[in-house]
Parts: sequence; structure tokens; C-alpha cells
Amino acid sequence: MEENVAIELRGIYKRFGRIQANKDVNLKLYHGEILSLLGENGSGKTTLMNMISGIYFPDEGQIFINGEEVVIKSPKDAFDNGIGMIHQHFKLIDVFTATQNIVLGMEGKLDLKAAANNVKELCDRYGFVLDPNKKIYEMSVSEKQTVEIIKVLYKGANILILDEPTAVLTPQETEKLFAVLKKMKEDGKAIIIITHKLNEVLEVSDRVTVLRKGETVGSVNTDEATVESLTEMMVGKKIELNIERTDPVNPVERLLVENLSCTNREGLPMLKNVTFTANAGEITGIAGIAGSGQRELLESIAGLQRDNSGSITYIDPETGTKKNLKDMSPTQIRALGVRLSFVPEDRLGMGLVGNMDIIDNMMLRTYRKGKSVFLEKSGPTALATKIVEDLEVVTPNITTPVRRLSGGNVQKVLVGREIASGPTVLMVAYPVRGLDINSSYLIYNLLNKQKESGAAVIFVGEDLDVLIGLCDKIYVLCGGQITGKVDARKTSKEEIGYLMTKGAGGSK
Amino acid sequence: MKSEKIVKEPLIHITKRDTMPPWQSILIRVGAVLIALAVSAVLVIVLTKTNPMSVFDAMFKGSFGSVRKMQNLMKSVATLLCISLAITPAFKMKFWNIGAEGQVLMGALAAAAVMRTMGRYVIPSWVVILVMLAAALVSGLIWAVIPAIFKALWNTNETLFTLMMNYVAMQIIQIFIAIWIKSGSGVVGYINEQSHRGWLPDLFGVKYLLNIIVVAGLTVFMFVYLKFSKHGYEISVVGESENTARYIGINVKKVVIRTMAISGALCGLAGFLLVAGADHTINKDLAGGMGFTAIMVSWLAKFNPFIMVGASFMLVFLDRGASNVATMCKLNDSVGEIITAIIIFFIIGCEFFIRYKINFRARTPKEKAPDEPEKPEQTEITEGEKAPAGIA
Repeated sequence: MEENVAIELRGIYKRFGRIQANKDVNLKLYHGEILSLLGENGSGKTTLMNMISGIYFPDEGQIFINGEEVVIKSPKDAFDNGIGMIHQHFKLIDVFTATQNIVLGMEGKLDLKAAANNVKELCDRYGFVLDPNKKIYEMSVSEKQTVEIIKVLYKGANILILDEPTAVLTPQETEKLFAVLKKMKEDGKAIIIITHKLNEVLEVSDRVTVLRKGETVGSVNTDEATVESLTEMMVGKKIELNIERTDPVNPVERLLVENLSCTNREGLPMLKNVTFTANAGEITGIAGIAGSGQRELLESIAGLQRDNSGSITYIDPETGTKKNLKDMSPTQIRALGVRLSFVPEDRLGMGLVGNMDIIDNMMLRTYRKGKSVFLEKSGPTALATKIVEDLEVVTPNITTPVRRLSGGNVQKVLVGREIASGPTVLMVAYPVRGLDINSSYLIYNLLNKQKESGAAVIFVGEDLDVLIGLCDKIYVLCGGQITGKVDARKTSKEEIGYLMTKGAGGSK
Repeated sequence: MKSEKIVKEPLIHITKRDTMPPWQSILIRVGAVLIALAVSAVLVIVLTKTNPMSVFDAMFKGSFGSVRKMQNLMKSVATLLCISLAITPAFKMKFWNIGAEGQVLMGALAAAAVMRTMGRYVIPSWVVILVMLAAALVSGLIWAVIPAIFKALWNTNETLFTLMMNYVAMQIIQIFIAIWIKSGSGVVGYINEQSHRGWLPDLFGVKYLLNIIVVAGLTVFMFVYLKFSKHGYEISVVGESENTARYIGINVKKVVIRTMAISGALCGLAGFLLVAGADHTINKDLAGGMGFTAIMVSWLAKFNPFIMVGASFMLVFLDRGASNVATMCKLNDSVGEIITAIIIFFIIGCEFFIRYKINFRARTPKEKAPDEPEKPEQTEITEGEKAPAGIA
């Protein structure tokens, strides 16, 4: 077995300023093996892989390929050593075909016909489904990913690294990907998958190496591991992974969206006749592949996207009167007395200002209060202190710019501010993306508390297990249309996955 | 690679620094200025075979050689600082207003027009001054608000728009001069040379003192406005992230137009100060490129009005010193510009070493990074950078 080692890392260190991203990392990958690299966000998985693929250079440590020490100082060195990385964000040229993208940057004579044949051959060998002459902009996300994978195979990679490959895929597409990966493994390729989804780790990989705070905690064979044991390795202690879902109390209608349609800047339709209801005391889930209109839906309700048609109605919990929210700016919505809070997907680019400190970020919602031309800082300072204490935000102090905080702490600051006003409608988009397990569960609990205190919570999520476990009902969006409404207590991942690709914009 | 038998680290690799203690970053900046001076000295010696100390002496005397030179220094610093303060809210909002030159000129033109027209009548000078001020503020404002409205409504590129407005402003001045000066000489002499109507008085017999006081007041105002007012907060939010501004319901268009109105009016004020308080005339080169230099002042000071005092002092000092060197060494003006350019290049370039660390291939793992600056030998040059608040 020893001669069969494809890549070995010994004592890798990497530091960014004060942050030790990797510390004494040791890792072995054999040919004909799928290894999961597991770890929470910020545990140094991507940094480590970037060092193998020549994007970063390690401060210390050795890399061996097929038993020989190598130095990888550029992506080209990585290619020369047969290493190919498939990034989370695709690096493809939209107006080129699959084949053109695949041969891009290759040396030698350009023969697209021969190349297309080679691509076809590769597809057949591993069971990919891809038309080599299709242009990238006509492709679905999963097809684009296929192009990325073939691109590295075409260049002769024997060691493949996939950075969170399933994050953008439906359950069905994930299964297809895993089937392909298993075929490649049988062909003798060495594969590393970076992920934090434990179920997938158990399903696809042979071994798991776990990183925690930049260090290798250990490697185990997958068949000896369970979700619980892996979580414990990742977090360092046993934690409860249950979301306590209570039954809705007195669910009255709070927000009605009817026949909402809207287009983006290019005039393409993003929402088509969306109708749904969010009840008070419930968590309403919105599922769908990324970019199916989730953002437009929430922004329309929040008054940020106003070139739309249809109606958005808010029902006042105290008086029961209906209030129209369509064509209202965020300021007008607030003036109506509607306590609408919104935790957007882009936390630092929309929900917060990265270069401002926690106090100034607290002020965003309230700075207008009062007639003075000057800012009032004591209220926001008190709120900042309270949030840092209550939600255990890890920060040197409340005058630290929020961009210096880790993802989880940034999100705590944002969610803390948004629930501080006691919202009657709370919209959250991907609230746990990039968060560690502890922070994620803290956020779920906060959402549940808001639900119990009578807010109508609208939850846009990507992890179907979480949607099913947290929400009361789930609407599925596909290509800007609602393709189904399911009871979260009775549905399955497969049912939602099917609805996610059912609409006109999905795969044909 | 097959050819690579011996395993080697790359010779250098660059890593990002976390934060640097202030003394270290000051040391790097001081080092940068010293190296810049050394490079300029070598250049001058090679070109002229003069003693470099005499060059630096000439440099210093360019600003402090006589009372007149010191007065001129203070006048220019005040004007440059005024324009820098004026454009800062726009740049903080990430609105690339490179049209300060034109806005200053339009303010100056309005002031000059009022001065000429009202100067014919017997009116108290302070009335003329007030009308001039109002006219200058309004025309600077209009000149800045035009591109702002286009930006807000049709999202036109403000950089090109404001830039082109500069040339329009210059041409308008040429037209007025052609109308005013029938002889066709194209030169407007001192306006109201006899009556001094509309000239700012010398306070306590010190020339340009009123200019300096006005700009000092403006410095404090701008600091407070940006840091403690709701407007200033909105400007920061729009500048940092337009999406966030939209998200919390700030009317971005309104903020853009309002901020440019303030920015333009203050540029108009600078134009007024030039005409009423300094030059008492008008021509298309009145602003002398300071509308552009001000951008550098504003960014060098990272939008802090008090640091801008030091930055504008430094730039004016360098500029005057460099041209004095050129005169004394009988070189043409370009040498002065080259020296200024060298110094500014080093000052801006040293930011790289503050943000990044260069790691050379080390024999021992923990060798110190060899990017430490030289130890400072003389510090007079850096006064402007270290103690900027003193002047305000």
C-alpha cells in the first residue's frame, strides 16, 4: 500500500498575519481512493488545498507526490504534478463551448474537433453527460461543474480536489456526481472532497481526515465513522444536533404575496406569479437551487426591488387591518409601523458595512431617529454591548470593524440587530452559510424563539435536512416559480429535490 | 517539473501583514522619504555635479527663504487644503469627483464677475465680498451638481463627466475674458486695483491670514461633519456599500446629489478665496492643477481632515522646493517635477511594505524579513506627516 501513496503532506504550516491557518498538517492520499477533508468553516481546509494546487505557498512543510518531494509554487507546477482543483466558484468563459473552455491554456496545436472527441471519450469513460459543443451560458450549474472536472481530467490530472462540490447541486445531481467520482476512483484516480456535510462524507468517501483550527485531528476509515463521531472530531466535544421544533401556536396570516412577478436589470424574468402566505408563529421555508429567485422574492418584500407586479399585503397583528407593502421603500414600510426585519444573504455587502465597527452597524437601522443633525451613539452602544454579551460574539471590543470578525460572529451581529426591534416579519436568507456548527445551532434557536414569540419567519435555505428539520411548511422555488408547497413534517429530501428541478428554468 | 532535482523554495514570496504597530509604519514612511531624498540627491549630483546639501538647502529655502515665500507657502497650503476638504465628502462616498479644478474655476469666475461688475459702483467692500461669496458658492455647486444628477438618474460615469466639465469651465473663462478685455490681450489684471473693492482685508497686517482662518475653520467643520453628523454617516454608508445603503432605505440618489452640492460649493469657496483673498484676478490657470493635487492629499490623509493639513503642507513644500532647486541649479522646471515625482512615488510605494511582507528564501527558518527601513537620520521632512494637527 505504501507505494500507492498519491500525495502526502508532512508538517504543513501556513500563517496569514496573526491567524494560523494551518499548523502541522499531515495528510496521506492513496491512488484509487476518495478522501473527505472535513472541518468547520475556518478550519483551514481550503487553505490547505490551495497550497497543493499552487495558489498559496506553505510557510513550512513538505509535499510528496508519488513518494518524491516536490515544490509547488504556481498552479502550473500543480498541473505538472497531475494535481487538478475544481473550485467552488467556476472559472469558465460563458461565451465559449465546453470544449473551448477545456482546451483553454493548453499548449500545442489547436484542433477543436479532436479535442471534442477526446472530451466525448472522457465523458463516456466516467459516465458524464455533456455536450462538448454546448456553450457555457446555456448550461445548468451541474453541467458547468462537469466541464470543470473534465477540464482537469483532460489535462491529465491524477489527483483531483473538489471544493464543496455539492453546495450548488440538487440531491439528484449530487448522486450523479458521486457515481462519477466512484468510477474515477476505480480508474485509479486519487480524489479529495472538501465538505462539511457529514451525510455525504459517509456516503462517498473511503477515509476522512478531519481538520480543526488548522490542525489535523486525525484520519478514520469511513465505515468505522458515524455522524456523531465525526461531529465530535470536528468540534472537539459532543454536541446535540437536534433542532427543537415546536408546533405553531395560533398561526394567523401575516404576509400575503400574490402573483408577484419581477424582472432583473437585463429584463429577464426572475419571479413569475409567485403566490405564498407566511403565517405568524410559523417558520416558512423557501427551498430551491441558488439563483431561482429567492433573492428577488425577499428583496421585493423588503422594498428593495420595486419594478414588479402583483401584490404584497401585510396584516397588522394588533388591528387586523391589511396594509399594502408593494411599491414601498424600506423607510415607508417602517413608517407604516411594520416591523419587518431582513437578514440578507450578503452579510457584509448588504446587511452590514464591513469597515464600520459594531456600534456604527447597530445604528444603520436607527440613526435617523430624532431631529438632531448629529448622531446619537449611546443607544447603539448599549445595543452592541448587549448583543455581544447575549449572543457570545467573539470580538476584541465593540469598536472592532465587523469585517475583522469571523463569519459566525458577523452573522450574530447582523441577526442580533435585526431581531432587536422585535420583528413581526423576519426574513432570513442562508443564515448559517459559512458558520460553524455551534453558531448554526445558535441561529436556529434564535429563529425558533422568534417563531414562538409570534413572528412570521421566512427562511431561505440550501441544506434540505435543515429546512425539513426547522420549518413548518416549505415552498419550493424553481426558475422563479413556486413549484410546490410541502408540509415540512411529512416531506422528504427527494420530494423537494424533484420540485427544485421541475419548473421551466430547470434542467430539461 | 522533471528538470527540478533539488527541491527549492521560491526566492521570494509575498504575504499579507496583519496589522503593524504605528511606530513601525511611521518608521517605514520616514524611511521612504529619506530614500526618496537620497535618490533625488543622486539624480541631481549626476546631472549637475552640485553638492547635494546645497540642493536640499535650496529645497528648504523654496518655502522658507523669505517672508514673502513663507506667505506664499501658507496661501497655497490654505488653497490646496480648502480644495482637498471640499472633495473629501465626494471621495468618501466613492464618487470620483475629478472635476474640482472646474468647480474651483467656476467659483472664481463668479466671484471675479461680481467683483468687476460691482466694483464700478461705490458700494462698501464687505457687501461686494458677501455677494462674491454667494455667487462663488452657487456656481461651484451648480458645476458639481450637474454630473451628480446625471450619475443619480442615468448612472453616467462621474469620472469622465467631471473631468470634461473642467475643460468646459476653462473655455467659459476664456470667453468671459475675451468679452471683458477688449484689447484682446487675454489678460485680466488686478480687478479693482484702485478701490480694492471685494478684496479680503489683511487681518492684523498679515497677508492671507483671513484665508488661513477660513480654511482652518473649514477643517474643523469637515471633521465634525464627516464623523459626527447623520449626513456624514450616510456618506460613509453609501461609499462603503451602496447595497447596504439601499437595504436600510437611504435614498442614494439624494445623498449623491446633496454631497456633490456641498463638495461643489466648497470648491466654489476655494475659488472665492483665490480671487478675493489671494490673486485678485481671473485666468484659466488660476487653480493651477490643485483640483487634481487635492485628490492625492485627500487619499494620502485617508480622508482625515487634520492629516490633510500635513499632507497639503508637504505637497506644497515639495513643489516649491523642487522649483527653487531647478532655478538655483539652472535646470529647467522638469527637474523640480522629477524630484517631486520621486518623493511621491516613494511615499505611495511604501504603503506596499506596510500592507505586505516579503519573505526571502531563508537559510534558517526564522530569519528576519529584510524589508526594515533605514534608521532615520534626519526628521525635519516628516514633520508634516507626524504632527499635522499642529497647523490647524
